[in-house]
Amino acid sequence: MKRQVKLLQGNEACAMAAVAAGVRFFAGYPITPATEIAEILAQELPKVGGTFIQMEDEIASMAAVIGASIGGVKGLTATSGPGFTLKQENLGYAAMVQVPCVIVNVQRGGPSTGMPTLPAQMDVMQARWGTHGDHPIIVLCPSTVYEYYMLTIKAVNFSEMLRMPVIILSDAVVGHLREKVVLPDISEIEIVERKKATVPPEEFLPFKPDADDVPPFVSYGKGYRYHMTSNNYDEGGYPATNNHQVADKLLRRLHNKIEKRRGEIVMTEEIMMDDAEVAIFAYGCTARSAYSAVETARAQGLKVGLIKALTLWPFPREVVEKYGDKVQAVIVPEMNMGQLVGEVERALKDKKAGVRPLNRFDGKMITPEQIVSAVKEVK
Amino acid sequence: MAVHVQDYLRMHKMPHIWCPGCGTGIALGAVVRAIHNVGYSRDEVIVITGIGCSARTNAIIDFNTFQTTHGRALSFATGFKLTRPEMKVVVITGDGDGAGIGGNHLIHTCRRNIDITTILINNSIYGMTGGQYSPLTPRGSYATTAPYGTVEPSFDICKLAEGAGATYVGRATAYHVTLLEQLVTKALKHEGFSLVEAITQCPIGYGRRNKMKSPTEMLKWQREHAVNVKAAAGMSPEQLEGKFLIGEFVNKTAPEYTKLYQKLIEDAQSKGAK
Amino acid sequence: MAKYIIEVRKNWCKSCGICIDFCPKGVLGFDTEGKAAVLDLESCTGCMMCEYRCPDYAIKVEGSESNEAAS
Repeated sequence: MKRQVKLLQGNEACAMAAVAAGVRFFAGYPITPATEIAEILAQELPKVGGTFIQMEDEIASMAAVIGASIGGVKGLTATSGPGFTLKQENLGYAAMVQVPCVIVNVQRGGPSTGMPTLPAQMDVMQARWGTHGDHPIIVLCPSTVYEYYMLTIKAVNFSEMLRMPVIILSDAVVGHLREKVVLPDISEIEIVERKKATVPPEEFLPFKPDADDVPPFVSYGKGYRYHMTSNNYDEGGYPATNNHQVADKLLRRLHNKIEKRRGEIVMTEEIMMDDAEVAIFAYGCTARSAYSAVETARAQGLKVGLIKALTLWPFPREVVEKYGDKVQAVIVPEMNMGQLVGEVERALKDKKAGVRPLNRFDGKMITPEQIVSAVKEVK
Repeated sequence: MAVHVQDYLRMHKMPHIWCPGCGTGIALGAVVRAIHNVGYSRDEVIVITGIGCSARTNAIIDFNTFQTTHGRALSFATGFKLTRPEMKVVVITGDGDGAGIGGNHLIHTCRRNIDITTILINNSIYGMTGGQYSPLTPRGSYATTAPYGTVEPSFDICKLAEGAGATYVGRATAYHVTLLEQLVTKALKHEGFSLVEAITQCPIGYGRRNKMKSPTEMLKWQREHAVNVKAAAGMSPEQLEGKFLIGEFVNKTAPEYTKLYQKLIEDAQSKGAK
Repeated sequence: MAKYIIEVRKNWCKSCGICIDFCPKGVLGFDTEGKAAVLDLESCTGCMMCEYRCPDYAIKVEGSESNEAAS
């Protein structure tokens, strides 16, 4: 295999990347604008010995993916807003029980069933806080078809490496647009496999973590018989529902396993930021407009740069903080009424830079012109 | 060699958490003996549960086990079975878990005829939360959420399973514990989706509020109201008034899902999809 | 010599009385602490019903073949 030059739709790139990353199970439910991922994987997975199943609802789809992952296979599901809401229950289960899986949410306009065919970025906070309880999550957000491909592979890898669910938050624009992409040689793509047990069954504790706070994940049916529960549990995997010490330790560990690899997980691109006097912080399809706005503004002699977040959660506060005293203002364009802007404000609360939200939520993209105007308002 | 449930227990998890006289333990005992009867090894069996009293069964038995979210055990089990078709998948659920919140999943798992053996422990009540009425609570019963008696009718989960396409369906009670063991044994051997309903007693959450003061009274109620389906064939509707049927209701052959999917994989790999 | 041995794990027994009430031969009764106890082992027929219906797995009947017959 060599580098491949292709014309791909975003959702198609996601499906191809899933197969390349070793995903061999997909369970889903039809929903616009995510359905292409299911359709392509229904076709492709059996060819590589994998399984596709269309479940009776979104809840069951999430459950089946987790069941498959517990069976030892990499699993992925794809959905959009209303379906993402239904997936929350079992997403929380996967976070608590530490089952690797990937959930793609191709965002569309809300609230509720909203605008099924139009893009939005309204699920940013839901992706972080949609479930009850207080578990951490990793949320990756592509702005191009190429990024959709690469971040899907990253998502599968992170989920296997850290034993946790990972969310890909794309949108109807990135999901449906077609772009020329140059895909890497598959042999060059790093694929992560879950950790195996290092001790014999009689010494095995299913939730005893290694130094990285991640316990090995051993498939059932191979001599390691153990229990798992979504109730607060001890290292043996048994319910410890009233044990305060166990609860404290478990929740800290769930968070620590991400924090310990923060440098690897938090991905951003800093574009023309060296001499920037105004920064645009953008993600997803809005980062496309922001990039165009930077080019236009630079052509007009305005010193503007772009911080593009590929990881939304954990929030890349360290990158934003870095420019807090260097730029006059950070403009945060989002296709919602202001969600991630709150995190930017938090990162800059003791810094000189002001924060300027720029919001649009009518199903239309924020245009480069709108962003350039916002830049000029700062100057 | 006689088998004892004790031989299959995780002894460090005993004694268990169920109330005195609870039927869940009786039903689980029959399931464990049935697995032993069929001759499956501990390593090849996986027992999956949801939420509720029935969900606490698998933590104490020495097989591969995990508990899932409320009502979703069959969906988790479907994903698991599809990736590990060689394993013997058993789901233990309850009337709230399986017939209430998980009812839709039950319908569609029956329809797919995937090789999962399901035991639905029906104690007529939400026990873990303290005695609220369930979809299988008989009309007129009292519960903490039905202080004046339920006005809702219950329904026949075995008929639902049959209608949805389950290929093995049966019912027994905690009193008829040997029948229960026999039905679960046949269900485990059956290729395809099987459902065995185990009518059990909840003395604390149901019995006390419904004029059955002791576990024994509840077992006697089971004895007096259950009629074997074979005997029922020769009885009049008047004689069957107020009774419920036990025994084997459905035992038929139909293509099993994981086998069909394996064939699909082979076809896709040789011919490619349309 | 009795044909069967009945072991009762007193610390698992929750005193529900099912084993006592349904024993066809009156083999079992409560002890002074209210736990199941063997009172008349000679009468035991090895039907296994006390073991099978014990919700707490507190009873074990040894020497019976009847659970083999069940399979």
